Amino acid sequence: MAGVQVSSVSRSFGAHKALDDVSIDFADGGFYALLGPSGSGKTTLLRQIAGFDFPDTGRISIGGESVERVPVEKRRIGMVFQNYALFPNMSVADNVAFGLSVRGEAKAVIAAEVQRALDLVQLGKLGGRRPHQLSGGQRQRVALARAIVTKPRVLLLDEPLGALDKALRVDMQIELKRIQREIGITTIFVTHDQEEALTMSDRIGILRDGRLVQEGPPEEIYDRPKSEFAATFLGDANIFRGDTTGNGIRLPDGTAIAAGAGATLAAGAKASCAVRPERIRIATDAGASDGDANTLKGQVSKRIFAGNNSTYFVERDGQTLKVIVQNTGADRLAEGQDVVLRWSPESTVLIAAN
Amino acid sequence: MATTRILEGLGRLYIFLLLAFLYLPIIIMALMSFNVSPFYQLPFEWTTEWYASLWQNDQLIAATWNSLEIAIITTLISVVMGSAASLALYRYEFRGKKVLQALLFPPIAIPWLITGTAMLIFFFGVGIGRGLFAILLGHVALALPYVIVVVSARLQTFAPELEEAARSLGANQWQVTMRVTLPWIMPGVIAGGLFAFAVSFDQFVVSYFLSTPGQTTLPVEIYAAIRKGFTPEINAVSTIIIVVSMALMLLTARFFKFGGEK
Repeated sequence: MAGVQVSSVSRSFGAHKALDDVSIDFADGGFYALLGPSGSGKTTLLRQIAGFDFPDTGRISIGGESVERVPVEKRRIGMVFQNYALFPNMSVADNVAFGLSVRGEAKAVIAAEVQRALDLVQLGKLGGRRPHQLSGGQRQRVALARAIVTKPRVLLLDEPLGALDKALRVDMQIELKRIQREIGITTIFVTHDQEEALTMSDRIGILRDGRLVQEGPPEEIYDRPKSEFAATFLGDANIFRGDTTGNGIRLPDGTAIAAGAGATLAAGAKASCAVRPERIRIATDAGASDGDANTLKGQVSKRIFAGNNSTYFVERDGQTLKVIVQNTGADRLAEGQDVVLRWSPESTVLIAAN
Repeated sequence: MATTRILEGLGRLYIFLLLAFLYLPIIIMALMSFNVSPFYQLPFEWTTEWYASLWQNDQLIAATWNSLEIAIITTLISVVMGSAASLALYRYEFRGKKVLQALLFPPIAIPWLITGTAMLIFFFGVGIGRGLFAILLGHVALALPYVIVVVSARLQTFAPELEEAARSLGANQWQVTMRVTLPWIMPGVIAGGLFAFAVSFDQFVVSYFLSTPGQTTLPVEIYAAIRKGFTPEINAVSTIIIVVSMALMLLTARFFKFGGEK
């Protein structure tokens, strides 16, 4: 088990900069999600850490040992591929045994370790099956067992749940997390699914165009996004753009929005404020203002009922704002109704214009 | 309904005619190898004397062994070289790869007569001359493109992540090839080997150019024998070869379905 340090890693393919000066410290035993849209460089970064590809510049170390020029087969990593990449000509047990077998371990040792790994992923009885006789979720578990049976220093997962349907994916998220905790292995997980990143990881790194946009615990990134991209890619956000007043912004029509957190900016600079839809309260009356709340007037243009909550789309000065309201049984608002939106400065994050 | 039945009947007739077209000459030849008359005269009278006299024909037997030896060695060499070449073309990017790939296949289309003449001239030029060794070299050159085509086609269906997965588990290049890649392409390798065997064993033109009187293959020997005067021994040896090679083909088709397995 070991931590992974990526320092100033860059990698270009022709004129395309796939990774641009990326540095991340993956803590020993942590569960880390690399999140980004396709083409953001997250898979390229994972392949650098795995050793399938080497960085042009920068350093990578695993457990303090420099590995940026060490090929994958000598890095002692475990990897789970998007399509599982199980060997079709081998049984489940032989698949899991492969890593131990190429090392030349004794047959008895291999058999015992394989059984333990299969038990861990709850497939103890299916060792004799062939991969094509398994369901998607079972293949996933075999791939995981195969990756961890060699006791790698770090576990790398490349969108491992992407091929599963929604219900199975949630089960596997819980299962994966349980297994990771049980063996305490440093895990790096590539995904484009923000929900997966939020629910599973201790820390998230958001990548865009080969650069690390923001990095930190899920709560911190969600509550304190440092860019419009981070705010909108991880979760939903209403973005207001204007000139900064120091602790907020002034919209083009003169309305002031106060922010309780975020960047410290010189007054007058272009800036944005981000507000999560569930932090906004929506009402029909203008009164009952609670002091320092941000207030905007608008008109409901659309309501989407989703059972436990409703999403209101509110038109205001040419901008559509999103408000999510829990279903408390209170009166619902009709489309076309004039409304007042209120939210606290603490729910507002000031972001430097990009 | 009636039309369907007529169409079905026509279809069956077509298949029957097709099979007759393919097998009738062979069946007649096989029957005549058991006929007393050496001149295809009827009525048919059963005998095995031609098979007995074949056993005494040292020239024909020697040529058969030569053919088998050359075909087997050709198969082994071209399967190993061809599979290795296919793997290299699949795995690596290098300068001139496209040109090399394009140049591998035209030899299939060049008439054997021309290839044979060219080889004869070349082998004399470099001092190899004629004989069994020259025939072997010629056969390997003819068989290689077939092996590469078949194995490469099979490799197109290989998922490259499998090699990556094997490497991530600590396997070196040799282990990856032997334990992951080769098992996958094996049906292609076997099919390529069959092609190589057939190309060599059936080969007449190139073998004819490169033979010397003592060192020749079965097809060339049969041709020489027919020119001297036809004997039913030729029917006998041909029948044996047909039975053996058809059995071989059927067995292989049964086990490997020519790469059709999933």
